[in-house]
Amino acid sequence: MEPAKIVEHAGGVIGASWLMIALPLLGAAILLLGGRRTDRWGHLLGVAMSLASFVVAVVTFFELIGLPGGERRRAVGLFEFIPGLVDMGLLIDPLSISFALLITGVGSLIHIYSIGYMSHDPGRRRFFSYLNLFVAAMLLLVLSHNYVGLYIGWEGVGLASYLLIGFWQYKPSAATAAQKAFIVNRVGDFGLAIGIFTIWTTFGSVTFQGVFESTLKPEQGVLTAIGLLLLLGACGKSAQVPLQSWLLDAMEGPTPVSALIHAATMVTAGVYLVVRSGAVFFPEGSTAALFAAIVGTVTLLAGAIIGMAKDDIKKGLAGSTMSQIGYMMLGAAFGPVGYAFAIGHLITHGFFKANLFLGAGSVMHAMNDEVNMRRYGALRKALPVTFYTFLIGYLAIIGFPLLSGYFTKDGIIETVIHHNEVLGWLAVLGAGLTGFYMSRMVFMTFFGEKRWADDAHPHESPAVMTIPLVLLSIGSIFLGGYLVLGGRFMTFLGPAVGMPEGGVPAFHPFTVPGLATLALVAVGAAIAWLRYGRVPVPVTAPRGSFLTTFARRDLYGDALNESLFMRPGQWLTRIAVFFDNRGVDGLVNGLAAGIGGTSGRLRRVQTGFARSYALSILFGAAVVAGALLLVGNL
Amino acid sequence: MNGIQPPTIEYGQLSPLLLVFGAAIVGVLIEALAPRYLRKSLQMPVTLLGLVGAFALVLTVVMQGVPTKAAAEGAIAVDGPALFIWGVILVLAVISVLLINDDNEFVASAAAVPGTPEEEDAIAAGGAHTEIYPLALFAIGGMMLFASANDLLIMFVALEVMSLPLYLLCGLARRRRLLSQEASVKYFLLGAFSSAFFLYGMALVYGFAGTVSLAGISDALGAVGGQNTLLLIGAGMLGVGLLFKIGAAPFQAWKPDVYQGAPTPITALMASGTLVAAFGAVLRVFWVALGNLDWDWRPVMWGVAILTMVAGAVLAITQTDIKRMLAYSSIAHAGFLLTGVIATGAEAQNALSLKGILFYLVAYGITTVGAFAVVTMVRDAGGEAGHLSRWAGLGKRSPALAGVFAFFLLAFAGIPLTSGFFGKYAVFAAAVAGGAVPLVIVGVVSSAVAAFFYVRVIVLMFFSEPAPDGPTIAVPSVGTAGVVAIAAAATVVLGIYPEPVLRLAEDAASTLFIR
Repeated sequence: MEPAKIVEHAGGVIGASWLMIALPLLGAAILLLGGRRTDRWGHLLGVAMSLASFVVAVVTFFELIGLPGGERRRAVGLFEFIPGLVDMGLLIDPLSISFALLITGVGSLIHIYSIGYMSHDPGRRRFFSYLNLFVAAMLLLVLSHNYVGLYIGWEGVGLASYLLIGFWQYKPSAATAAQKAFIVNRVGDFGLAIGIFTIWTTFGSVTFQGVFESTLKPEQGVLTAIGLLLLLGACGKSAQVPLQSWLLDAMEGPTPVSALIHAATMVTAGVYLVVRSGAVFFPEGSTAALFAAIVGTVTLLAGAIIGMAKDDIKKGLAGSTMSQIGYMMLGAAFGPVGYAFAIGHLITHGFFKANLFLGAGSVMHAMNDEVNMRRYGALRKALPVTFYTFLIGYLAIIGFPLLSGYFTKDGIIETVIHHNEVLGWLAVLGAGLTGFYMSRMVFMTFFGEKRWADDAHPHESPAVMTIPLVLLSIGSIFLGGYLVLGGRFMTFLGPAVGMPEGGVPAFHPFTVPGLATLALVAVGAAIAWLRYGRVPVPVTAPRGSFLTTFARRDLYGDALNESLFMRPGQWLTRIAVFFDNRGVDGLVNGLAAGIGGTSGRLRRVQTGFARSYALSILFGAAVVAGALLLVGNL
Repeated sequence: MNGIQPPTIEYGQLSPLLLVFGAAIVGVLIEALAPRYLRKSLQMPVTLLGLVGAFALVLTVVMQGVPTKAAAEGAIAVDGPALFIWGVILVLAVISVLLINDDNEFVASAAAVPGTPEEEDAIAAGGAHTEIYPLALFAIGGMMLFASANDLLIMFVALEVMSLPLYLLCGLARRRRLLSQEASVKYFLLGAFSSAFFLYGMALVYGFAGTVSLAGISDALGAVGGQNTLLLIGAGMLGVGLLFKIGAAPFQAWKPDVYQGAPTPITALMASGTLVAAFGAVLRVFWVALGNLDWDWRPVMWGVAILTMVAGAVLAITQTDIKRMLAYSSIAHAGFLLTGVIATGAEAQNALSLKGILFYLVAYGITTVGAFAVVTMVRDAGGEAGHLSRWAGLGKRSPALAGVFAFFLLAFAGIPLTSGFFGKYAVFAAAVAGGAVPLVIVGVVSSAVAAFFYVRVIVLMFFSEPAPDGPTIAVPSVGTAGVVAIAAAATVVLGIYPEPVLRLAEDAASTLFIR
C-alpha cells in the first residue's frame, strides 16, 4: 500500500508544533547570550525547555492519532524562506512524530541526568545551551517538510555535535576528535547537498510532497544517483563504512553527549533520511537500496568486531552503536516491513543504548572518570542501581527473548533473510558477535575481582542520575514487545512509509534464523564468560593475536584513511601547490594584483580636493547628458 | 470672484511628517528658552517621542487604508512605497538617535577653533551641542519628504531640508575636528554643486513639460515622446542630482571623505537614512516622471550601475580606514540597488523590483547602523581607532564585539542566513526577471570582490595577534549596546524568517507609486 497523501494543516496543536523546535532554540539562545548571568539556573532552564518540547510532542502525537489513518500526514506551512524557492514548514506524520518523541523523551532524560553528571563542571551552563541547540536542530531535521529544512537541521546537529565533542577543548584529544568528526561529516554533507541540488533540478521542488507525489517520471539512473548521494550523506552522519572513523573518537565528549547524540539520536539521522526518501529513492530491489544494505551489513560486522577488542568502555559502546545502526540501515533497504523494523529498532536502540551509555557514565562518575574496563571489576555491589539497569540494557541489546531488542532486531533479521539470504545470515553472525562483546563488557565491569586504581572509591550516583537510568531501562524491557507484537508500530507507521502488500506479517517466535540467532548469542556470551568471567582479567592488555590488533586499531580504518586519502591527498595538494605556484597563481595573483593595482591607481583619483571631486561630477554629468542625448536620438 | 481658493491639505495623511517637523521646532524652542543644563534631558525625550509617535502615525495611516490619491494638491504622494519608506526611515532614525545620544562623539563647542584654549575650556566646562537633536530631526523630516515628494519643486525643497542640517552635523565631531570640518565643507560644496544640477535639470524639464508635477511630466512625455533635447538634458541633470545623493559613480567621490570625517553616529544616519530616502526619490523620478522615457535612460543607468558596483568593490580593497571601507561598501551596495531600479517592465515586474529594493533597504540600513555602532566602540587615545591595523586581533580581546561585527560584515557580503543574502537575492532575482542578466553577473562578481575585503577584516580581527597597545573597547552606553543588539537581532531574524518584512514590502510595492 502506498503512503498516505500529505495534506495541508492549520490550527490545533499540530499547527503549533513549531513550538517543539522553538522552545529549545529559545533556551539555547538565552543561555548563550545570557552568558555567566545564567550560570546559576541555566541547567534548569535547559531541562525545562527540553521537557516542554516533549510535552508539545506528546500532545501533538495524541492529536495526530485522533485523525483517521489515511489523514495522518499533515504539512504545516510556516513561512516563505527563500522567496519563490523554499517555503519553511513541518511535516507531522507517524514517522516524524516517532522521532520527535524519541528525541525529546530520551533527550529530556539525558538533560536531567546531565544535571548530576556535569554538576562539578564550570561550563555546565554552556553544556546545556549546546544540548538545547542540538535538540532544536535535530527536531528541525526530522520535522521539516522539505529537504532544505532537513539540511539546515542536518548541519545544525553537526555543529552541536562538533561543539559537544570538543566540549573540553583544553584537551587536545577532544579538540582533534571534534575536528575529525566535522571533517569526515563534510564528505557526507557534500553528498547530501549535491543530492538535494539534483532533487531540485529533477523535480523542481524540494518539499517531500513535491518530490514524493510528483507526477514526473525521471530516469532510473538519475534516481539511483540521487539515492547514492543521499546514502553518502547518511553514511557520514550515521558513521557507516566508509565514513565511520569519527564516531569512535567522538567519545571524547562528555558521556551524556555520547548517549544522546552519538548513540540515541543524531547518528540515526542517516536511517531517517533513507526511510523518509525510501519510496522514491530506495525502493525495494533498487541499486541504491542494495548499496544501503551492503553498507549496513559491512558496518554491523565492522562495528561488532571493533567492539570485541576495545578496553575503553565508551569505545566499546561506540562500536556497538555503529553495529546497531548497521542493522537499521540494512533493514531500511527492504521496503515497508524493513522500514517498520528499522525505525522500531532505532527507537528501542535509542532507549537501551542511552541506558547503557548513561550506565557507563555512572560507572565513570564513580571511578574518577576511568574508562578502561581493565581497571573495573566487581562493581555490581558498589553500584547496584547502575548494575541492574545496565544489565537490562545489556539483555535488551543482545536480543534476550522478550526484551525490546529481541523483537526489533529479530524482525530485521527475518525480513532480510526473506529477501537476501547472504546478508541475512551475516546479520545473524553479527548478533552472535554482539552477544560476545556485550557480555565481555558486563563481565569485565561488574564481575570478577577488583582491579581498581588505588584512589578509586566507587559510590552510587545521585538520584538525578539513577532515575533516568531506571526509566530508560523500563523502556528497554517493554517497548520492543509493545511496538512489534500485533504489528502495532507497522500499522502506525503505515501512512508515512507505506504498508506491506498482504498486510502485517505475523510474529513467529520459533523460526530457523530466530533460533540460530539465539544460539549464536548464547555461544558468544559463553565464550565471553570463559575468557573474562571465569578467569581473572589482566590489568594490562595482552598483546593478542593479529585479529585482536586488527580490531583494536578500528580495523585499520584510520590507517586506511591515512594511506588512501590523507597521504595521496597531501601529495595531490603538493602537486597542486606546485602547479598553482607556477601556473594558476600567475593568473589569479595577476588578477588580484590587477584589481589591487587598479584599486591603488584609482585611489589616487581620490585626491581629497573638493575641486577635483566637483570636476569629476561635472565630467560625469556631461557624460550622462551626452549619453542620454546619444541614446535618445538614435 | 471671491479671492483665492484655499488648498486642501490632508492633515491625517501628512501627520507623520508634521509630527517630525513639529518635534524639530519644539527642539529649537528648547534651545532658545530652556536653561543649558536642562536641554539635554529635554531634547532626547522630545526627539524620541517625535520619531516613535510619527512611526505610530504611519501605522495609523496604513490601518486607515493606503491613500490612492496624492495629498496636498498632488504635491506629496503618501502611497504604499512612501509609507513603507517612512517607516523604515523612522526605525533607522530611532536607532541612529540612540547612537547620537552618546556625548563622546560630538564637539564641546563648534565655534572654538581646534587646538585653542577656548576649545579646552569648552571641554573642561563639559559643554555639549544639544542642537544636534533638532538638526537631526529636520534632516529626518527632509528624508521623509524627499521620498514622498510628488513634484520636483517639493522634492528640491526636501533635498535641501534633508541636506543642510547634515552638512552642519558632519562638522561636529569631537575628535579630529579638522578632518570633520573639512568633511563638512566638502559635503556642503559638492552638495550645493549637485543641487544646482538638480535645479537646472528641473528648469529644463519644466521648459519641456510646462509643469513640475511628476504626473504632469509623465503625461507630457506620453503625448510627445522622447526626442526632445531639452528634456533629455534635463532628465540627465535631474539624474545627476539624485545619483549624487545615493553615491553612484562617478558622483561618489564625497562619500568616503564625508563618512570618515563625520561623527560616526551621523555617518550611521546618513549611510542608512539618506540612502533610503534618496532611493525613494530616484524611483519616483525615474519610474513615475520619466517612466515613459525608460528606453532612453536605461542604457545610461546600466553604465552607472556597473561603474558604481565595480568602483565601490575595487576601491574598497585598498582602504585602510574602517569608515572609508564601509563608505566604499555603501557605494557598491548603491550599485546593487540600482540594478533593481533598472529592472522595469510591466506592472508585475515593477512591483517585483520595488519589493526587492524595499527589502534591501531595510536589511542594509539596519545592518549599517549596527556596523557603525560597533565602530564607535573601538577606541584609542585619539578617539575612534579607525585604522584597520588597529583592529588586528580584536577577536582575541573582545570576542563578542568582534563576532557581532564579523556577522555584520557577512551580512554585507550577502552570506545566507543573514538579512543581506535575502536583500541581494530579492534584488538580483527581480533584475534577472527584468532581463538585466549581464548586470546581475557584474553584481555577483562585484559581490565576490567585495567579499574579499569583508572577510579580510574578519581574518584581521580573529587571526592576527593583537597589538600590545591596541585600542580599548569602550564600555557601551545602554543606547549603543541597544543599537548593536537590535541591529544584530534584525540581521539574524531577517536572515532566517524574512517573510513578514518581505510580505510588507510586497504589499507596499503592489500598489506601486501613485501619481
